[in-house]
Amino acid sequence: MLKTFFYITAFLYLASTLAYIAYLVSRRDALLNAGKYVAIAGFVAHTLTILVRWAEGGRFPATNLHEVMSFFAWLSVGIFMVFLYRYGMAVLGLFVAPFALFLVVTASFLPGEIVPLSPLFKSWWLPVHVTLAILGNAFFALASAFGAMYLIQERHLKNRKFNGLYFILPSLDVLDELNYRCLTYGFPLLTLGIITGAIWSEYTFGTYWMWKHRQVGSLVTWLLYAALLHGRLTTDWRGRKAARYSVIAFCVLLAFSLIIYVLLGEGHGLLKLDGG
Amino acid sequence: MNLIIVGLNHRTAPVDIREKLSFPVDSIGEALKKLVTNYGINEGVILSTCNRVEVAGIAPSIEKGVWEIKRFLSEYHNIPLEDLDEHLYAHTGEDAVRHIFRVSAGLDSMCLGEPQILGQVKDAYSYAVHNNTAGAVVNKLFHKTFSVAKRVRTETRIGASAVSISYVAVELARKIFGDLTGKSVMLIGAGEMAELAAKHLLNSGVKDIVVTNRTFERAVELAREFNGRPVVFREFEHHLKDVDIVIASTGSPTFVIKPEHVIGVMKERRHRPMFFIDISVPRNIDPSVNNIDNAYVYDIDSLQGVVEANIKERSKEAEEAEAIVGSEIETFYRWVKSLDVVPTIIALQRTFEEVRKAELEKAVQMMPNLSEEDRKTLETMTQSIVKKLLHNPVTHLKKESNKVDGDFFIDASRKLFDLKIEEPVKKAEGGEE
Repeated sequence: MLKTFFYITAFLYLASTLAYIAYLVSRRDALLNAGKYVAIAGFVAHTLTILVRWAEGGRFPATNLHEVMSFFAWLSVGIFMVFLYRYGMAVLGLFVAPFALFLVVTASFLPGEIVPLSPLFKSWWLPVHVTLAILGNAFFALASAFGAMYLIQERHLKNRKFNGLYFILPSLDVLDELNYRCLTYGFPLLTLGIITGAIWSEYTFGTYWMWKHRQVGSLVTWLLYAALLHGRLTTDWRGRKAARYSVIAFCVLLAFSLIIYVLLGEGHGLLKLDGG
Repeated sequence: MNLIIVGLNHRTAPVDIREKLSFPVDSIGEALKKLVTNYGINEGVILSTCNRVEVAGIAPSIEKGVWEIKRFLSEYHNIPLEDLDEHLYAHTGEDAVRHIFRVSAGLDSMCLGEPQILGQVKDAYSYAVHNNTAGAVVNKLFHKTFSVAKRVRTETRIGASAVSISYVAVELARKIFGDLTGKSVMLIGAGEMAELAAKHLLNSGVKDIVVTNRTFERAVELAREFNGRPVVFREFEHHLKDVDIVIASTGSPTFVIKPEHVIGVMKERRHRPMFFIDISVPRNIDPSVNNIDNAYVYDIDSLQGVVEANIKERSKEAEEAEAIVGSEIETFYRWVKSLDVVPTIIALQRTFEEVRKAELEKAVQMMPNLSEEDRKTLETMTQSIVKKLLHNPVTHLKKESNKVDGDFFIDASRKLFDLKIEEPVKKAEGGEE
């Protein structure tokens, strides 16, 4: 059943992505709406997948890389749902749906069995730490989507070429503001995620910090975004500069994570006794 | 009962014909009365705008109805029908419904998707209501029309993009700044288009306006007109950092605003975006200002380019609007067709008969000792009750259905008795919203 739910989710994200791409080509509003509604359906299926996994495993479903990827996708789509509800911003799905699809497909290649967890990890620090850290990253994902939208809309306005997305993208000011807001949510969440992770590490292994690749990765992410926020707050980075930076920062974050988890294989032992 | 529209518009008739055929507002009431009393039209509406004159009516027969409306137009305006006929078009039945939906949604307008026509159609309908020439069909048709036009407006972006240069300036400003409330604008020089753009910006929430001109008196004059602040031309650069939008329209043969100015200004503004609108020829703003981060420069040609892109966008949206119109026609027309008196009477009789039979059956079952003869008496009695009860309604329905608001009686009967009209018309209630 779990597998079925997972594949339905992946299929819906794929369908949503295709509808959005088809919209870009044909510019029929019906396709934009289709993309939106299929994404909503995907989110519902995804929520069920996670709940079923939680019930079957009897523990918070973010302990191995497969689960973390899926959880990351779910939170990103979840934030998209909030924006959809509050601002009706269907065009955001053009970026979020393919991203969720990418994560879910990557997750599908990773071992997804529910393995029993060492009693050492049965602590409420785990869900708190994981949720905070991933939620922070999900906000960064959305920030980069707004950044990309800003860059596209800015191009339209600078080059005076008006087609496709110009008509449905919001104003530069709104995109800049939303990009900034995502950073101001994402950064404290990631900070808290790192702090709770350290506390948990101390609680479990007796040391706050072990210089694992993963920890280094999150530190680099933290520094990148600290610099971006600092730039925005003090030296008037705004508009294009900030948008471009947040897109690049997120690409770096994503590349780092993939290298660390997938290539170096640290993810498989995400919660092994030798590492944490 | 047949819906007919006869009229002409900017595509079928030159302006001198349209002028002659137009109905001044204060004569529409009288014209409507003539239409229904002298020409055998049951319900009528007259729409008269500078681009079109149309008469919609409900008539007992199509051919006669079309002919009578044409005759009305010719006689009312005293123009021989031969001179008129080539410009007139006639839509009937489903076609007429489509036509009125399209017109109201702005799909038949000279400027695709323009919103004024809906207000004009609303006025035309209210004249008909005030002069009692709107019956059940016209009421239903126009309410449906308004809801279709609203649907088109909310579900497509047909009216969303600007198609004149001064509005395009506002639209671009919105794409850059989002909400224009609290933003400020500087008008350098003067000129009709520049002043119009400034006016639109002020109407869209722009907070204050700085006006400058080589002739200071002119600046003062304009500032008074816009409720703004005049500044001396030599010093306008010092005020650039305080404004978000600059409209330039001077007769200067050289650039008035150069990149080196803007770079400094941008730093002072902490890189908040600036929007430069250059309406002057030769240009007043160096186009390379556009290369500066967060500065956007539009000259007259690029504004024109936006207008063209928007017109293209509107025709794309019009396709979606046509699809909405198409789907709404079907539901409406189903309702219109069901307004036939005969199926209503049959349904009415059937309903009564069903009740009679069911109740008789119940009663007979409670009286097991009933003789065959008594049974027959009961049968005859109930039948005659139903017959007597139905006699007046049926007679009146038949009589009223030929009058102006005959459809009202049919509609009311169907609602009162919850009648289901069967073949030849299915889903009689399909027209309900």
